[in-house]
Amino acid sequence: MSFSIAIQTQDFDVGSEYGALISDDTAAGAVVFFVGRVRDTNYARDVKSLSLEHYPGMTEKILQQILDEARARWELIAARIVHRVGELHVSDQIVFVGVTSMHREHAFQAAEFLMDFLKTQAPFWKKELTGQGALWIEENSKDVTASLRWKNE
Amino acid sequence: MIKVLFLAQLREQLGVAEVQVPASHIRDVAELKEYLLGKNPQWEQFFAGKLLVAINHEYAKSDASVKSGDEVAFFPPVTGG
Repeated sequence: MSFSIAIQTQDFDVGSEYGALISDDTAAGAVVFFVGRVRDTNYARDVKSLSLEHYPGMTEKILQQILDEARARWELIAARIVHRVGELHVSDQIVFVGVTSMHREHAFQAAEFLMDFLKTQAPFWKKELTGQGALWIEENSKDVTASLRWKNE
Repeated sequence: MIKVLFLAQLREQLGVAEVQVPASHIRDVAELKEYLLGKNPQWEQFFAGKLLVAINHEYAKSDASVKSGDEVAFFPPVTGG
């Protein structure tokens, strides 16, 4: 599973994901991973749960393209993206991005790049269920800015 | 025929997930949108904001060509992660 993606309704186990990332490699001296979780407030709204929708077929394709792009930019040994869909509750894990490399700069940068591009390219949509009703989350301009900084590098 | 999908908030606003559109006379995304709004003028307000388009699972611009058998999806900016 040196470079792989998964879109799933079930939870993931960070320890297992980490173990699988480093399993068959002794050269990977640096491992960086990120976990995104459902937080209890968003723009001052009281979030009860999230419903995550995606575009099957396109999501896999885009995530694969993002992984390929990261491999072209940095010296990576392995990388993994796991993204959950369906109904999620406060403090549930949503996304896992893990990267291994010989060097930490490559691992740190690639992990950040993967998250920035996932957020602006991969066709996922979050709908919040709050005390005030259901609300689709809108595009965050900070995410757009974050992904643009990689364009000139 | 062109298979047209509406996803996420757009699907809820339009109240429809998928339509089949005859491919004759439609050359690109802009013409497809024009056709859809011609048939459903009440959709205008929902197409006025920022929407993304994909043809066969690849992002596309409004001048991208569309042909029979294609799957074209319209959807709002993405918010995963």
